[in-house]
Amino acid sequence: MSAVTLDHITKTYDEGKVLAVDDITLQVEEGELFGLIGPDGAGKTSLFRVLTTLLLPDKGSATVRGYDCVKDYKEIRKRIGYMPGKFSLYQDLTVKENLDFFATLFGSTIEGNYELIKDIYEQIKPFNDRRAGKLSGGMKQKLALCCALIHKPEVLFLDEPTTGVDVVSRKEFWEMLKRLKQQGITIIVSTPYMDEAMLCERIALIQNGKIMSVDTPANIMAAFPVKLYAMKADNIYKLLTALRGMPEIDSSFAFGEYIHITLKDDNIEALRQKVEQQGHTHVDIKLIHPGIEDSFIRLMNQA
Amino acid sequence: MEEKVIVCKDLTKRFGDFYAVNKISFEVDKGEIFGFLGANGAGKTTAMRILCGLSHPTSGEAMVAGFDVYKQAEEIKKNIGYMSQKFSLYENLTVLENIEFFGGVYGVPYAEIRRRSDNLVQQLGLTAEAKKLVGALPLGWKQKLAFSVAIFHQPRIVFLDEPTGGVDPVTRRQFWDMIYEAAASGITIFVTTHYMDEAEYCNRITIMVDGKVEALDSPANLKAQFKADNMDEVFYRLARGAKRSGD
Repeated sequence: MSAVTLDHITKTYDEGKVLAVDDITLQVEEGELFGLIGPDGAGKTSLFRVLTTLLLPDKGSATVRGYDCVKDYKEIRKRIGYMPGKFSLYQDLTVKENLDFFATLFGSTIEGNYELIKDIYEQIKPFNDRRAGKLSGGMKQKLALCCALIHKPEVLFLDEPTTGVDVVSRKEFWEMLKRLKQQGITIIVSTPYMDEAMLCERIALIQNGKIMSVDTPANIMAAFPVKLYAMKADNIYKLLTALRGMPEIDSSFAFGEYIHITLKDDNIEALRQKVEQQGHTHVDIKLIHPGIEDSFIRLMNQA
Repeated sequence: MEEKVIVCKDLTKRFGDFYAVNKISFEVDKGEIFGFLGANGAGKTTAMRILCGLSHPTSGEAMVAGFDVYKQAEEIKKNIGYMSQKFSLYENLTVLENIEFFGGVYGVPYAEIRRRSDNLVQQLGLTAEAKKLVGALPLGWKQKLAFSVAIFHQPRIVFLDEPTGGVDPVTRRQFWDMIYEAAASGITIFVTTHYMDEAEYCNRITIMVDGKVEALDSPANLKAQFKADNMDEVFYRLARGAKRSGD
């Protein structure tokens, strides 16, 4: 049995004028760490809200642990943990009060599943008596995760848990997710950060309510159909502008200190000569392996 | 000598016994793209608020666009632009109304606003949306419009606070094209971001840790200095040692 299934789910808002989720079909397996990767407005939150029984789809059906997201919503709510993108705990309750509240709501206690939250909770325990509204962003995030875990959910839904969080805290957060996965919890996490895709077992790349690709990160990158080159020169912006005007360039976009390019006919040496003749200095070109972001951009441009 | 648009020396902001910004010093050249990085709680927002004339420092000096942050905050505000991911445009006004409103607030003559706004809307490819409410636009378009509005009055400096958060990878790059173009026209760019590939697009970068500037150089030099392959690694090494965390 798949932990989560989506079968031709469509969701619109504003009397059908806004298409948020467009005919999405998807399965997430038991114990999987699954990523929904896409920018704001891609439809990630709508999918989460259908699966967490907070929103009715227009069309299609969805299940969580075999229960139907419309009919069996009460069963599902007992079995899932949900951390929404927007901080949704009680700001004027303390850390401990929030945790107690959510435990009680699910007929549990903090002690009951302490092992599960121990690693995370101990980092915020020194602030037990502080009101949630007064916590820093990183601590709020940890408290929200504890509250989502306190009843030992079978499936955990995390909607952009790392948005706006700095690189260091993001790394810590993903370490926590890996440990949770080892406890057998199925985790579905969304993120706009393409580099985080690499930390998931399988991912769905989402844009404009549609899934562009679902697979392991390695397979998605391996499916990149053409050779990808990274190129740089002393004046990178001038180089980028020049490349854009060349007919032999299939795609070119800035990527950190390099420009990533694909060619219509794979003649990279001819391109090097041309660019050097145009007066660009210290031209450096290398063949590279595409990353998830390269794949995402290519799929977006094809759509 | 290159023109300095921002000069700060030993700039400090203290709240009680907490040093949000602790003796930071740096200079930013005209037309430079200056990346301002740091972990959450490092003091970036506080420093940025001082440089925008919104908050008084406790001690130290800072000149922005040639004006003193202590005495000439109002002059500073007229000479800068600002946009952030959180707030940039009025969702309940149309595209054109937003341009008119912000142009008006910054004292651009009405005739000029009318003349230039048609142009701007066309350049952004928003002609069909010009009379639509901004709230109905996709995020990426909003952010591009917000940036154009922030530089509509041709400020000396524009402060961008995480301008590309949550934006798709293609639009994010189009946004940086606009940044480059603005910089080439002489507008100084002061930008914060959590995307480390974007740090590479800056001419120079500062990395703040616990209220102090711990690194300040070009991306290439920083990578050499820290023997790192990318900015992600540089940032991680510096920020990992931070004692503070927060917003």
